[in-house]
Amino acid sequence: MSLAEPSAAPSAGSAGRSRPRSLPRLGHARGIANAALGIAALMALWWLGGWGIAHDPDLSAFADFAPAPTLTSLVQMVESGDAARMAGPSLQRVGLGLLFATLVGVPVGIVIGRMPRVHEICNVPFQFLRMISPLSWMPIAVMAFATWNGAIVFLIAMAAVWPILFSTAGGVRRIDPAWLKVARNLGARPVAMLLTVILPAVAVDILQGIRLALGVAWVVLVPAEYLGVTSGLGYAINDARDTLDYARLGATVVIIGVIGFGLDAAVGQLVKKFNWVRSSAH
Amino acid sequence: MTAPLTFRGSAAASAPHLAQGSPAARPAPVGAHVAIKGLSHSYRRHDGKVLDGIDLEIRAGEIVALLGRSGCGKSTLLHMLSGLSHPSAGEVVINGKTVREPSPRWVMMFQAPSLFPWMTVAQNAALGLRFTRRTKEIATRIPEILDLVDLGAFADRNAQDLSGGQQQRVALARSLAPRPELLLLDEPFSALDAFTRRNLQKDVRDIARDLGLTLILVTHDVAEAVRMSDRVIVLEANPGRVSCDTPITLDEAERDGGSDAFQGEHARLMKLYARAADDAPRS
Ligand SMILES: Nc1ncnc2c1ncn2[C@@H]1O[C@H](COP(=O)(O)OP(=O)(O)O)[C@@H](O)[C@H]1O
Ligand SMILES: [Mg+2]
Repeated sequence: MSLAEPSAAPSAGSAGRSRPRSLPRLGHARGIANAALGIAALMALWWLGGWGIAHDPDLSAFADFAPAPTLTSLVQMVESGDAARMAGPSLQRVGLGLLFATLVGVPVGIVIGRMPRVHEICNVPFQFLRMISPLSWMPIAVMAFATWNGAIVFLIAMAAVWPILFSTAGGVRRIDPAWLKVARNLGARPVAMLLTVILPAVAVDILQGIRLALGVAWVVLVPAEYLGVTSGLGYAINDARDTLDYARLGATVVIIGVIGFGLDAAVGQLVKKFNWVRSSAH
Repeated sequence: MTAPLTFRGSAAASAPHLAQGSPAARPAPVGAHVAIKGLSHSYRRHDGKVLDGIDLEIRAGEIVALLGRSGCGKSTLLHMLSGLSHPSAGEVVINGKTVREPSPRWVMMFQAPSLFPWMTVAQNAALGLRFTRRTKEIATRIPEILDLVDLGAFADRNAQDLSGGQQQRVALARSLAPRPELLLLDEPFSALDAFTRRNLQKDVRDIARDLGLTLILVTHDVAEAVRMSDRVIVLEANPGRVSCDTPITLDEAERDGGSDAFQGEHARLMKLYARAADDAPRS
């Protein structure tokens, strides 16, 4: 089986970039087919669950969780702009939390990665702090911050800082010492070393850390928004439960999932873009 | 994959690309004068002295090979020369000034090219100019230097797309771009195939001679020392000392390896090398 198209063949020798095109194209179609299969399976399970709930006399009050009412409500929420109004504040909180986590996590990670001594000192306390559920900081956050909004951003930052910090430190530790020697040899001062060697070398690790952090932050967001605030996706869930609007509740869950998926995919694209490692498979 | 690796076998065709740009167009090239004075070194985690009382003087523009078996302290000596590390005793004096830190005026080239994989060939070559804030020179200097190492056509390629020999050429361009006075080579060709190695050996010698650079080459390969240098310093090990210091008097045509003169020099150096290796007390 020939994967290379005739037109791509002549340039394959000289231009390395045009060569791998034909392979992923085939993989792409299969990937889309499999993804569709997965979504269909999820929908089938959902539908089955909804059917079960509707036919159980104890649970039939929740029948609106089924796909049809939920999706109807979802379309309404998107069209009316409710969906955007709910998601806006949530995205802002997650964005700010991630920003603070990055501003702390990247420099601290670089210091830990460069200095084995600091790593040894910080390792146990950091691993300990990392294992504390971010939500358990809630009472402290509420006391420390004047607004609920500030408290939520703090909780998200607390959750997000660890993956970024550890990923950055790991990347810095894996930097080829020869690169640093070459740079020093060519007259690099510490600032140039940081900007020209260390940061580009670990850009992928930082982004991968941010990607993990985003996942954690998005999960922490909803329970954090159950408290205090009157905006955001977490609040919307609570609100729908209180008003017994289960179709809306289901639709909000779908929105949370879709946005989370989209954000992860976007950062995934960034990781790809900044990844300088050539996979030999291509 | 096929790189325009031009083979310059005959002496008549000796590096035509080097002729372009008359010598007058360049700032007068002056190689550095190097004096190594009573240099000794021991490592904290290594018993005994690695280097013991090295005294050497290397004239401006001289091409010198430091020849010795593995572990005799050649890399250690080169690191002291480059300012990347400091000797336990003694000093290195370049053009009358004691070396205290690395500088693009005395640049070291290592066995591995260690190019930055997130950069293009041109960006890699420009690192020395960037680090020393001579960014204005990049636009003219980098194309010129890439042409010099036969990589003009590869300027915008990612460094990882190049073959091993081409990558080492980029490393050479990167070292030469800031116009060093002294080039220090630490077995820079040992990871390359024989054909690529021959080409680079010749090109590096030609370039150094053309620019008037002082070149100090570390090697454990006798043929490489004979082919490339005007003078060979044989080191003995444990502790590292100068065993002998001898000129190589071959003209350019004889350096290709086939000539009787080359074979004679090779045999002579081989004896000196073996003697230095045998004399050294075993550790
Ligand atoms: N950082 C170091 N710490 C301890 N010992 C070292 C270090 N670097 C080199 N050595 C030792 O010093 C000796 C000389 O090493 P080196 O200069 O690399 O020799 P060469 O380049 O001639 O092979 C070797 O015995 C080596 O084990
Ligand atoms: Mg060595």
